[in-house]
Amino acid sequence: MAGARNMQRYSIFSLLRNAMSYHRNWAEAWRSPAPKPAYDVIIIGGGGHGLATAYYLAKEHGISNVAVVEKGWLGGGNTGRNTTNVRSNYILEQNSHFYEFSLKLWEKLSQDLNYNVMFSQRGVLITAHFDAQTQALLRRGNGMRTLGIDAVFLNREQMRRKVPILDFSPTARFPVTGGLLQPRAGVARHDAIAWGFARGADARGVDIIQNCEVTGFRIDNGRVTGVDTTRGFIGAKKIGIAVAGHTGHVAALAGLRLPIESHLLQAMVTEPVKPLLHVSLSFGAGHFYTSQTDKGELVMGGDLDGYNSYAQRGNLPMIEHVAAAAVTALPCISRLRIMRHWAGIMDMTMDGNPIIGKTPIDGLYLDGGWCYGGFKATPGSGWVFAYTIANDRPHELNIPFNLDRFSHGYTIDERGVGPYPALH
Amino acid sequence: MLIPCPHCGARPHAEFTYGGDATLRRPADPALASDDEWHEYLYLRTNPAGPHREFWHHTLGCEQWIEVARDTVSHRIDGAAPVGRASERRPR
Repeated sequence: MAGARNMQRYSIFSLLRNAMSYHRNWAEAWRSPAPKPAYDVIIIGGGGHGLATAYYLAKEHGISNVAVVEKGWLGGGNTGRNTTNVRSNYILEQNSHFYEFSLKLWEKLSQDLNYNVMFSQRGVLITAHFDAQTQALLRRGNGMRTLGIDAVFLNREQMRRKVPILDFSPTARFPVTGGLLQPRAGVARHDAIAWGFARGADARGVDIIQNCEVTGFRIDNGRVTGVDTTRGFIGAKKIGIAVAGHTGHVAALAGLRLPIESHLLQAMVTEPVKPLLHVSLSFGAGHFYTSQTDKGELVMGGDLDGYNSYAQRGNLPMIEHVAAAAVTALPCISRLRIMRHWAGIMDMTMDGNPIIGKTPIDGLYLDGGWCYGGFKATPGSGWVFAYTIANDRPHELNIPFNLDRFSHGYTIDERGVGPYPALH
Repeated sequence: MLIPCPHCGARPHAEFTYGGDATLRRPADPALASDDEWHEYLYLRTNPAGPHREFWHHTLGCEQWIEVARDTVSHRIDGAAPVGRASERRPR
């Protein structure tokens, strides 16, 4: 492998050895090289998806003459701004297969990367509050089980044992009638996924170039030849775009108009408390989902603000809306204070599902439109995107997620709401 | 955000429902429009980072559709007008 180097393995022994020297001699986790004049592949975007793509290009396909160019710092976009749920509890088969594949990669990721991504399979639980919703969740669970994905339906008593802090009082506005649990689902450490893939890719010879913004594409006879960046021109035979949140903007530099609108999604954390919630909870009667971090904070999120935005900050009515749902679901948290709050930019596609595949320009590949489901998909997305770039054709798993599906009428609309991005 | 409704004055955006890009034009003759024209109208968006013309419905007010000029990066609103009457845009 050209450019590869020996990665310092992390273990209890390396920890002890470095403790002897007061942890002053750890090797840097990845290099910061100057860009070479040209690469076989350039990946635009140093978030989880871009770094995972570079890692699997080198690991699975032996393509290590690769650069990842990032306009800011690694994982500074949506990789570091999400609520870290990892699950595969979908209804449509295309989604189920893809996200289950990704979940299986998550299960082995810490060992594969020699980097603790802190994947905690505590289960993701969706609550039900009336009969029709109970039936819908049963149907979803049965669908998952027929595809070999774990799903367990919990009745009211089982729900009471699993999450006693839900409102089980006789006056509850939304009485709990049941819930659907995916036991293998869970949460992970968001930064670790970016850093682990960066370290693994770097060890296999990939150049990671931060503070380097792509300002244009060079296209010759319908084929890419490289990118102009704030650090000069870099040539490449193949280029992959993995910049979700800004996909429309970057693709426009190559003259592409996409079925994407950029929207805001807000999230927040409370002050830390002792262990209170042992699953990742999704409230069936409102826009609210939450899990407790290892530090004890409840991290929570809700629905989109609902209008086009690139602002990475939201408006107060949505915070109030999420907080109201939070207190309705879990009355005991009503006096917790909100410590931090932020927003990320979501590429909302017209059917609520990602686009992973080829573009009309030869040698240009697109991985974007992640709506608000990108984090869980990180390893799976990188794996299929690397396959697509290496072989110049999509893998079976991402054929359904091609860009052409909109013009051909093969949209994958999990919620069945049509081409209204803010509603997905 | 405060949206300057041309009928009701400046109101909180939570009173409104978002209607998306106001520059799209429905194919003039739906029966004759090609698949490509429908694809472009239904799915493709310019999605600019910057000035954006967009529809809002004043759901909890006058119940009228209005056209708003708003910046998608700063959230600054540069006025609003009744749909189809941009020349009457009410200043901010």
